Amino acid sequence: MLASILASGLAVGAVYALIGVTYNTMFSTSRVMSFTAGQLGMLGGVFGSLFVLRLGLPVIPGLIATLLCCAVVGVITEILAVRPVLKSLDQHLYVLSTLALALMVQQITAIEWSTEPQPFPKIFDIGPGFLDQKFWLPIAACAVTIVGLEFLYRRTLVGHAFVAIAEDNFAARALGLPERNLRMASYALAAAIGGFAGFAGGQLLLAFVANGPLLNFYGFVPVALGGLGNNRGAVVGGLALGLFQQAANFLVGGIFSSVAVFVMFIVVLLAAPQGLFGSSSARRV
Amino acid sequence: MKADTSAAAIPDRKTERHWRDSAIHVLPFLAIFGFAAIVPMVTNDYWALIATRAAIYWMLVSGLNLVVGFAGQLAIGYVALLTLGAYTTSVLVSGNVLPPFPLFAAFGVAALFGAIFGVIVGLPALRLRTFYFAMSTLGFATIVTQIALAWQSVTGGGIGIAGPEFPPPFNTTTGLFYFCLGCAVLGTWMTANVAHSRFGRALIAIRDAEVATESLGISKPKMLVSIFLLAGAFAAFAGGLFATLQTYITPDAFSFDLSVLFFIAILIGGRGSILGPLLGTIILTLLPEFAAPLAAWSTFLYAVLLLAVVLVAPGGIAALLDFKNRRPLQSNRAIIPRPAVLPELLSRESAHTTIALRDISLSFGAVRAIDGLNLDIVPARIHGLIGPNGSGKTTTLNVISGYYAPQSGTVSLGDTELPRGRPETRAEHGIARTFQTPRTVGEASVLQNVMIGGTIAGQGTLVESLLSLPRHRADERMLEETARLALRVVGLESLASVRADRLQHSELRFLEIARALMLRPRFLMLDEPAAGLSVDEIARLGGLIKEIKGQGVGVLLVEHHADLIFDICDQITVLNLGRVLAAGTPSEIRQHKEVVSAYLGG
Repeated sequence: MLASILASGLAVGAVYALIGVTYNTMFSTSRVMSFTAGQLGMLGGVFGSLFVLRLGLPVIPGLIATLLCCAVVGVITEILAVRPVLKSLDQHLYVLSTLALALMVQQITAIEWSTEPQPFPKIFDIGPGFLDQKFWLPIAACAVTIVGLEFLYRRTLVGHAFVAIAEDNFAARALGLPERNLRMASYALAAAIGGFAGFAGGQLLLAFVANGPLLNFYGFVPVALGGLGNNRGAVVGGLALGLFQQAANFLVGGIFSSVAVFVMFIVVLLAAPQGLFGSSSARRV
Repeated sequence: MKADTSAAAIPDRKTERHWRDSAIHVLPFLAIFGFAAIVPMVTNDYWALIATRAAIYWMLVSGLNLVVGFAGQLAIGYVALLTLGAYTTSVLVSGNVLPPFPLFAAFGVAALFGAIFGVIVGLPALRLRTFYFAMSTLGFATIVTQIALAWQSVTGGGIGIAGPEFPPPFNTTTGLFYFCLGCAVLGTWMTANVAHSRFGRALIAIRDAEVATESLGISKPKMLVSIFLLAGAFAAFAGGLFATLQTYITPDAFSFDLSVLFFIAILIGGRGSILGPLLGTIILTLLPEFAAPLAAWSTFLYAVLLLAVVLVAPGGIAALLDFKNRRPLQSNRAIIPRPAVLPELLSRESAHTTIALRDISLSFGAVRAIDGLNLDIVPARIHGLIGPNGSGKTTTLNVISGYYAPQSGTVSLGDTELPRGRPETRAEHGIARTFQTPRTVGEASVLQNVMIGGTIAGQGTLVESLLSLPRHRADERMLEETARLALRVVGLESLASVRADRLQHSELRFLEIARALMLRPRFLMLDEPAAGLSVDEIARLGGLIKEIKGQGVGVLLVEHHADLIFDICDQITVLNLGRVLAAGTPSEIRQHKEVVSAYLGG
């Protein structure tokens, strides 16, 4: 039992962690949290199933097409729902605009794709038990993404520019960084990460429209617990959430596991509003 | 002498205007509900059913409106409370867990559960950022449906459970419709009472000027918890009606789309309005009926509407209907304060206590903002606080009013030490303040903005306001009279009914003073009140401050205008880098070499 809690907990936790990274990547350049993060995870599964299973593309082109489609959704998010409301960040209009966009994405998927869970292709036919793709692929995807992001942020010029904007938007603009293009790029990147999460977790979560709101919430929990903008916190939080959820699932059954997650979310946030690894807030007057 | 004759005529005109105003406010509601009441007579059962649904939705939305539209808390998962209410009533009435409950007892229990869960779901709003709260309501909505599905022994799982049935005469389509319409009217009346009470104004202030509400002694947690109780009870009650209307409920009936409808109805209607969200609810309920091929796309349509409202018309329907505030204002208006009215307003007898700051030190990181400061604010004296930018003037003011907690030192009023870092405790001690950037509620009228200042002076409870009981009405009369008086004092009475965001900057400064005067303060702290004022206005401001002092109020004045400072202050403290550079009477300061060379020039 312990082994299966570990295997499925880490796998689903890796997906949550990646959605958390999606939230963080969007937040870093825009100070906005977007409701489309979870929808992108859902789209990763749906597009993957569409390209590989329905249209019969080979896996690699199918993955690339999936990531590209998700990136487009990310750019649309930035143009339609984020850029227009950045002027008045303190009114929290982004909550509404990104929610509206997320609902549109979900509704289009429900009508044009299906409201029932659809199968996702098996990419690696290695074997039974814990070697099954659905247990290790999300973890591998999470590791690849984190290593890739670290490389991007530390070693490349674009990555440095991202970090500069995340640190101090005004100073970065004063230096002549193309803030708007970088923000669009970060949304495309974030969306691709979200899509990658959905693709990697496709066997686990299936290509299912209802994953959108679910991932929205479960992907946000690690962000809230790990502290906004903190990717390491999101990964630790995501994996911990996955394990916690699966353990609760095995011990007390399906319903109460979601109740347990919700209660943990509320209690931790009330105790530590900045997250467990977060820093304190700025002054207000 | 002309003033006297017009004053005698005022009461009559006032009541007449009062009647006309309330008629304008009530008429649209009468029209809507009147029209609704004839629906079953002129159409078939199908439309009566739709109208019933709209009435039930409005029952929920009217409560949610106080949370979203007034308090500005983005609760997007309220379908969870509808679900809770629907299942609670159905399960209790059917008696599959406990012995069957009488129908209305079941509704009562449901409302109680709704109120409790409304607060539990709302708790994060007290401490967390907007998005976190939105997310936690979304999470709650997700798990409630899951529980309804999985807890088969109680809820019947996916198969569902029969809804409660009303006794005659409410067991027919028409009967149930009139019952729900009655509830909707009652809900409208009650939430309107709250909206037009000191509680409703405090909610809007929490939404748009949260920092200012703390200085006025308004407790955000208390306000929000009571409003969550109310909205939760309304939502769960509506859930019971919903289950009755459906006759049979399954978890599928409570899709997240419903939550979206409730939430968007409020935003399309316009924040801080009741008529707007009512129209929004009706429109969104009817929309799929008139566009049958689009029924599957209804949520998509709602989302498009939401995006359009956010990006294009943030005021919603209410702003479109607000004709009164489109009339141009007189452009060359002048602010003429009437300090002579002050004694009527500040009747509080002058106290002989002093605010004393002793050895206050406060650093932000490595920056020492205040470094061992001593300062006294004495009744009936004006104390000027001057110094270059970054010398710690506003920081000192924020320490006194409790926004910043100093690392060492004490702020005391007479013998009592004021708790550090608790701004909401200052108002009860009669310590009022204004802000460097005016913090007012742009969408509320000038009069309402000033009335917010007197929130803690009210006697009635929220329940009394809900039911419009005598103490609520007395509070309202008292607050309005005081606010009009305060507006006369600062010279803004002609703008009383104008939206505050239409005012000029200088007028907002006087508006903040009027709001501060509503506390009948013993101490008044003004943070750069003359910034952005014309020379004439500064002179009038100076006169007004002197008169306020004359009523025994201790004034702390943070200012850059040296003329004003030297003209009206009894005592001046000059700060530099968080330390006192000089302190004394204006003539002493004028002689002080360092001050003159470093700050005054010359």
